[in-house]
Amino acid sequence: MRKVAIYGKGGIGKSTTTQNTVAGLAEMGRKVMVVGCDPKADSTRLLLGGLAQRSVLDTLREEGEDVDLSDVRSPGFAGSLCVESGGPEPGVGCAGRGIITSINLLEQLGAYNESENLDYVFYDVLGDVVCGGFAMPIRDGKAEEIYIVCSGEMMAMYAANNICKGILKFAESGKVRLGGLICNSRKVDNEKEMIAEFARRLGTQMIHFVPRDNDVQRAEINRKTVIEWDPACNQAGEYRSLAKAIEGNTMFVIPKPLAIPELESLLMEYGLFN
Amino acid sequence: MSDSEATATVDISPEELREEMLAIYPPKTKRKRQKQILVNDPDAIPEIAANTRTIPGIITQRGCTYAGCRGVVMGPIYDLLQIVHGPIGCGFYAWMSRRNLARPKPGLPNYMQYSMSTDMMEEQIVFGGEKKLRQAILEAYEIFKPKAIAILATCPVGLIGDDIHQVAREMKDKLGINVVAFSCEGYKGVSQSAGHHIANNEVFKNMIGLDDTPDQGEFTMNILGEYNIGGDAWEIDALLKKCGITLTATLSGDVNYSQVCRAHTAQLNTVMCHRSINYIAGMMEKKYGIPWFKVNFLGADSTAKSLRKIAQYFDNKGLTERVEAVIAEEQAKLKPVRDEVTARCKGKRAALFVGGSRAHHYQDLFADIGVEVVSAGYEFAHRDDYEGRHVLPTIKVDADSRNIEELHVEPDPARYNPRKTPEQMEALKSQGFTFEDYEGMMKQMKKRTLVIDDISHHEMEKLIEAYKPDIICSGIKDKFVVEKMGVPCKQLHSYDYSGPYAAFTGAANFYKEIDRMLNTGVWKLITPPWEKPS
Repeated sequence: MRKVAIYGKGGIGKSTTTQNTVAGLAEMGRKVMVVGCDPKADSTRLLLGGLAQRSVLDTLREEGEDVDLSDVRSPGFAGSLCVESGGPEPGVGCAGRGIITSINLLEQLGAYNESENLDYVFYDVLGDVVCGGFAMPIRDGKAEEIYIVCSGEMMAMYAANNICKGILKFAESGKVRLGGLICNSRKVDNEKEMIAEFARRLGTQMIHFVPRDNDVQRAEINRKTVIEWDPACNQAGEYRSLAKAIEGNTMFVIPKPLAIPELESLLMEYGLFN
Repeated sequence: MSDSEATATVDISPEELREEMLAIYPPKTKRKRQKQILVNDPDAIPEIAANTRTIPGIITQRGCTYAGCRGVVMGPIYDLLQIVHGPIGCGFYAWMSRRNLARPKPGLPNYMQYSMSTDMMEEQIVFGGEKKLRQAILEAYEIFKPKAIAILATCPVGLIGDDIHQVAREMKDKLGINVVAFSCEGYKGVSQSAGHHIANNEVFKNMIGLDDTPDQGEFTMNILGEYNIGGDAWEIDALLKKCGITLTATLSGDVNYSQVCRAHTAQLNTVMCHRSINYIAGMMEKKYGIPWFKVNFLGADSTAKSLRKIAQYFDNKGLTERVEAVIAEEQAKLKPVRDEVTARCKGKRAALFVGGSRAHHYQDLFADIGVEVVSAGYEFAHRDDYEGRHVLPTIKVDADSRNIEELHVEPDPARYNPRKTPEQMEALKSQGFTFEDYEGMMKQMKKRTLVIDDISHHEMEKLIEAYKPDIICSGIKDKFVVEKMGVPCKQLHSYDYSGPYAAFTGAANFYKEIDRMLNTGVWKLITPPWEKPS
């Protein structure tokens, strides 16, 4: 079982990219579980065709200790399995601790057991690595490959660099490695070249460049992944390519995060080209 | 420790001992600790570093901010229902752990025998604990119908951001009783001292001044910073009564909520433990016009001195005569035991490392029986407690202290009432009378005694090896380390199982206890099994 976590700046398209990629893998016949690690519990909406069943933490709260895997895990598109960690409403409690609790419960319930025959588990993690709780998937070997979704916008690259610092910290003591950057295009000038260069300097690769396409939004409105909504469209092909690239990926590295001046000079070099 | 090592370091000078204590530290630690270990000179008091972070890796005597707020200042208010918001461990330590005794007035409940906690668990950590806190308050109210409720925060409350002050306001409106929240998360300061300050602020803002009913007595006063360990406050209360002085409130020892609310009606504030409660004394002076000065009821001679100063303040012939008569009577009663104990203890050597005032106060009791203090230091005091209040303007407020609110206090439009006219104050001052006075510990300690702030386990061992004090006064954390080295150790947080030690009557208990400990020799007579030849 490959254990994958998707990180990236808030709003960059992590959940959309994750679900569309998972759809591609599922279409290829892989058995994939997606664990949404966002208190909003909206990481599996496209695979499920609507907002999730009850989250792990809600179930835990309502049912007490007597929880079954089927209470928290729902079947989604093409045999994918969907779990939402859930968490507190904004402004209260500790969402990070919630993720830790949630993943521990999934383990206790046997969600990762051999008998489940999973090929992949994907963690879709909220925002930046803000605290210990959000780093949970990359600690203790919960996730072993990280993909960072980014774009050519400065703050997205800044966040990606920061996430690399988090990976570096845990890579030294564990098995976690960076698998690559996924560029989710915002149509920034020289975006593809810049992210490829950014990836190179981090010691990794740009595993795929996902062009901007309104079909993604159209599919989203219909609560579907692009592959399910229109299997023949161009963007469906892009996600299949991304899924294949991940399936065939062998480049797993400990990233070398950039110093801030270096990151800024990269932006100067590529971003302000015109 | 073998005998040869023990004799090798006898009669070492304080300067040499200081160097020896510092020798093993890495440079950065050494730089810091050398400012906290000083050879005293009462005539040119050196500047000491205090109220700074404990160096990690060496055992400290200190407690946390929550301990200072809940355990020390708030705990003894016996009819204030106190709910600890947090996991149950911190709640457990709110359960009668300090021997601050109470005899509730007729009709009043005593909640000190309870440990009330929200028993926060993972669900509250993740989803927030405000709901459970509201439930706990409602449940406690339903069962006990208290006059007032306090909510005390533990570390996770601050981490997850529960708004306990909002909950307190809501519950206050809903129940129609006073509900006060204390943001005294354990991590908020370098020691329990931060918790004292937080407790002072909330008590001052939300309790003192709520009830304007004055006491009936002709002379009324408060004692601030007396916690009735082993019944100390009772001895002081009885002594003052005998002189004709009424105690409005003792903060916080055997005191009830309404006494705290009426504290501002007293004519005088006296301060015992300067460290834990000088904030309230200063703020009450500004808001209500109540002067304050420092007293010490530990030690017969200090007690007499404090009584005389109180009488001088009230400036009443009858009172002064009564005070003198009481002093004469009590000193006479005490004399036989004092003389007897002095004969056996004179010249023995003590060291005290405890508290934020205790390491100073008990030196007076030792002085009564001729015991010499060779070294002393506080656990959590600030520079003013060592060097005297005159250094206050020069104390740098560091980042660790800045997150504790400094209240801005104005005279109360209705209740500000200077207890003495400016002329009377001047007249008293011209007689050498001092207000807002605390000279600190170092002024009173002999030249070339060793002053050690926040002593570490290592330094304590070095001190014992080198000085071989006959007795050490400290706390529970190091008590058994000291005793294992063959030195009797008197616990001055809870007095172990003994006390009271305050006032003349208490002094007799202390003399006898110290006599017993110094002259029994039990620690020197036994050979522990591991040192017996097999």
